[in-house]
Amino acid sequence: MSNKPRSPSRRDFLRQSMVAVPAVTLLGSSALAPEPGHAAPGTGAKTYAPRYFNAAEWDFLQAAVDRLIPPSEDGPSAVEAGVPEFIDRQMDAAYGHGGYWYMQGPFVPESPATLGYQLRYTPREFYRKAIAAIDDWCRRQHGKSFSALTHEQQDDILGQMEKGQIKLEDVPTDTFFSQLITNTKEGYFSDPMYGGNKQMGAWKMIGFPGARADFADWIEQPGKAYPFGPVSIEGEQS
Amino acid sequence: MIRMKPVDVVIVGFGWTGAIMGAELTEAGLNVLALERGNYRDTSPDFIYPRNADELAFGIRGDLFQPLARETITVRHGLNDTAVPYRQYGSFLFGNNVGGAGVHWNGQHYRPSPEDLELESHIAQRYGRKFMPEDMQIQDYGVTYDELEPFLEHFEYVCGTSGKAGNLNGSLQEGGNPFEGPRKREYPNPPVRSNYGAGLFADAARALGYKPFPQPSANASQVYTNPYGVRLGPCNLCGYCERFSCYMYSKASPQTTILPVLLRRPNFSLRTQSHVTRVNLDSTRKRATGVTYIDAQGQEVEQPADLVIVAAFQMHNVRLMLLSGIGAPYDPVTGKGVIGKNYAYQMMSSISVFYDRDVAINPFIGAGSGGNVIIDEFNSDHFDHGPHGFVGGGYILGGQTGGRPIQQLLLPPGTPAWGEKWKRAAKESYLHTTGVQTHGSVMAYRDRYLDLDPTYKDAFGLPLLRMTFDWHDNEYKMTKFLTDRAQEIANQMKPRQTSATVRQPGSHYDVRQYQTTHTTGGVIQGASPETSALNRYQQSWDVPNVFVTGASAFPQNIGYNPTGLIGGLTYWSAKAIRETYLKHPGPLVQA
Ligand SMILES: Cc1cc2nc3c(=O)[nH]c(=O)nc-3n(C[C@H](O)[C@H](O)[C@H](O)COP(=O)(O)OP(=O)(O)OC[C@H]3O[C@@H](n4cnc5c(N)ncnc54)[C@H](O)[C@@H]3O)c2cc1C
Ligand code: SF4
Repeated sequence: MSNKPRSPSRRDFLRQSMVAVPAVTLLGSSALAPEPGHAAPGTGAKTYAPRYFNAAEWDFLQAAVDRLIPPSEDGPSAVEAGVPEFIDRQMDAAYGHGGYWYMQGPFVPESPATLGYQLRYTPREFYRKAIAAIDDWCRRQHGKSFSALTHEQQDDILGQMEKGQIKLEDVPTDTFFSQLITNTKEGYFSDPMYGGNKQMGAWKMIGFPGARADFADWIEQPGKAYPFGPVSIEGEQS
Repeated sequence: MIRMKPVDVVIVGFGWTGAIMGAELTEAGLNVLALERGNYRDTSPDFIYPRNADELAFGIRGDLFQPLARETITVRHGLNDTAVPYRQYGSFLFGNNVGGAGVHWNGQHYRPSPEDLELESHIAQRYGRKFMPEDMQIQDYGVTYDELEPFLEHFEYVCGTSGKAGNLNGSLQEGGNPFEGPRKREYPNPPVRSNYGAGLFADAARALGYKPFPQPSANASQVYTNPYGVRLGPCNLCGYCERFSCYMYSKASPQTTILPVLLRRPNFSLRTQSHVTRVNLDSTRKRATGVTYIDAQGQEVEQPADLVIVAAFQMHNVRLMLLSGIGAPYDPVTGKGVIGKNYAYQMMSSISVFYDRDVAINPFIGAGSGGNVIIDEFNSDHFDHGPHGFVGGGYILGGQTGGRPIQQLLLPPGTPAWGEKWKRAAKESYLHTTGVQTHGSVMAYRDRYLDLDPTYKDAFGLPLLRMTFDWHDNEYKMTKFLTDRAQEIANQMKPRQTSATVRQPGSHYDVRQYQTTHTTGGVIQGASPETSALNRYQQSWDVPNVFVTGASAFPQNIGYNPTGLIGGLTYWSAKAIRETYLKHPGPLVQA
């Protein structure tokens, strides 16, 4: 794997110019009060300050999700869609605390994968533990943390995590990858009120009309293209 | 311990079957109390638009489901394995709160085929006993289709089910299911119109010589008033149906069909936040004295009652019987004992059908059941199984229930799970993809059962239920046969591409993949106390003032969705209680 420094690409440019748009324009009239907390370091997302993730974790998260759903002419990237904000907000919700899961021991992580998640970590604990371990691995292997590597290197590392080929103590990287990609797609496609899918960009990309939830007139017209754009639960329209 | 005033009947769990029993037994003049562990909820204010159109909250996080943090089950594949908890939802979903899973089901509303209810006798007679593998443990229900028909019909009329009869009093009807058992009356409502994907499936199936028909659906096709005088409204195919509540009063649920009448009856009361931990027995252990529950303050409360109806959903019914010590626990080594016996499930496969951009499927236009199309040629014993060497079958469905993008985005084979290619595929496929599914039965086997877990506990410190389950060869053969037929139809639909997901022999039961919440068995009904926990009226052989409703009574699973049969059996049992048991409280069948 090459260690060449990453060159600013058209994609980076696009990404940075997109995320520089202030939150107020993105969310229309529902103006967001500035969030307390530390300023987001690194690339992108100056508009949202994470409440759970620390600076290093936030760098990792932004870099990683934007490789899972990268910028392209097809539609928003994960960062453009606000996925890191979504994940950060989920960490403080019942989900992040493992509130939806049975979390009594004993834990038997070596159980067959077909018996489902058996780690002792809640989602927020898993992010904390796994990001530190992966960044550490990246520094040992490549001399830099994940977010500072080239896109090619990042893609390669994510691919190895997906297959569980990176072995880290206490962190099964395939299980972590699965949490990361699941949360990324949740943030990308869920209602914008959760912080992702900004301006319903992911819904527009695929043609999903969001919370319209009324097709009485359309059942009589099978096969006809549906002409309306999405609406959101809080009444955003396109 | 707090002791409450005695009641005639206590119902444990207030979902579909609890509501039916409540309606029937209050009508008989009894003083009935329902205990529900969850909260009260109703269409307004709990299920209203736009709040219900939230895929993350309901489809993914599962805000309507039983919180697993408090109670789950454990799972293992074989008798010598150690079970571990089902920590996150995957394979099946439990209901919670008033209405139970009846609030967030699809409404796919079927009757069993006549032979399903007498499966052991039927298979033995048509194919010989040797046709069943040695460890297959299938049994008859002890009640026949003809006996059950009026009750199956009544539940359809309560639900306002929309469909087309295929067999009216023995005469076959064009456009319905020609394989169904004879019905006395048409469905209460005409079918919901087919969605576009289902229409393409129907054309292809017809071209191959099959007889497609609209899926019977408890999503109402029009305004309808049911026998209780409760009104349903027409479904608008909102696409947020299964896993979600209905804001249109269209999906049949206890709330939209029974509760408006039942809750007003003076001889009925409902106590929510009341988690029943056991049925209490007297010193003879042949008579229940009532139940014990834990109330919202965490206090233990004793509720005396003359009659106990256990209606807490299949798995919870089994657990309550074990925790209460009613009936002998099943032993998979000797095959003796009855509680926990014959746990079964279903086996699904699916084919995604991808079209070019000029075909507007609009997958988001969909209902949990209405608008989809079925063929039933390969279900039950509708075909000669002789050459195929397996027992059981299933239906094949075309169409879709919605296009919710987190859960229901279908991508062409070979698409990576992430990256630019994933994104491009999502954009290009979403509007132009539909599906074909198979919905297959699972038989009962000696080594597939439920008992109490030796290690893991619920929030009250009581042992969790433990499931021992894995697939058998019979089901792999069944699913391959069914999926091959489904693939032929999918090909006939002239798509650009298809991609099939089918369980392969040698693979293990995977709790991470949703299949169905059609879990069955564990408190089965049948002809003899040696082989079943309940008699044909769902009455405990051991403790005759305990009745147990729900799919726990199924001796093995069917290829259909269970609730049509569950509802029919509940009305059948209620009638036996009203007309016979109340006159002579005691066993309705002599052992
Ligand atoms: C997503 C989904 C889709 C489905 N789709 C279909 C379909 O299309 N067709 C079909 O036929 N079936 C379908 N089903 C299954 C259907 O919902 C059930 O068969 C049906 O609800 C069973 O009725 P029940 O009365 O046995 O249990 P439920 O309706 O679940 O009611 C049980 C009630 O008991 C309560 N309870 C449990 N334990 C206790 C306790 N210890 N103390 C007090 N209360 C307790 C629960 O909170 C719940 O309210 C679906 C299920 C799910 C989850
Ligand atoms: S699809 Fe129809 S029945 Fe289902 S929730 Fe929507 S309106 Fe109700």
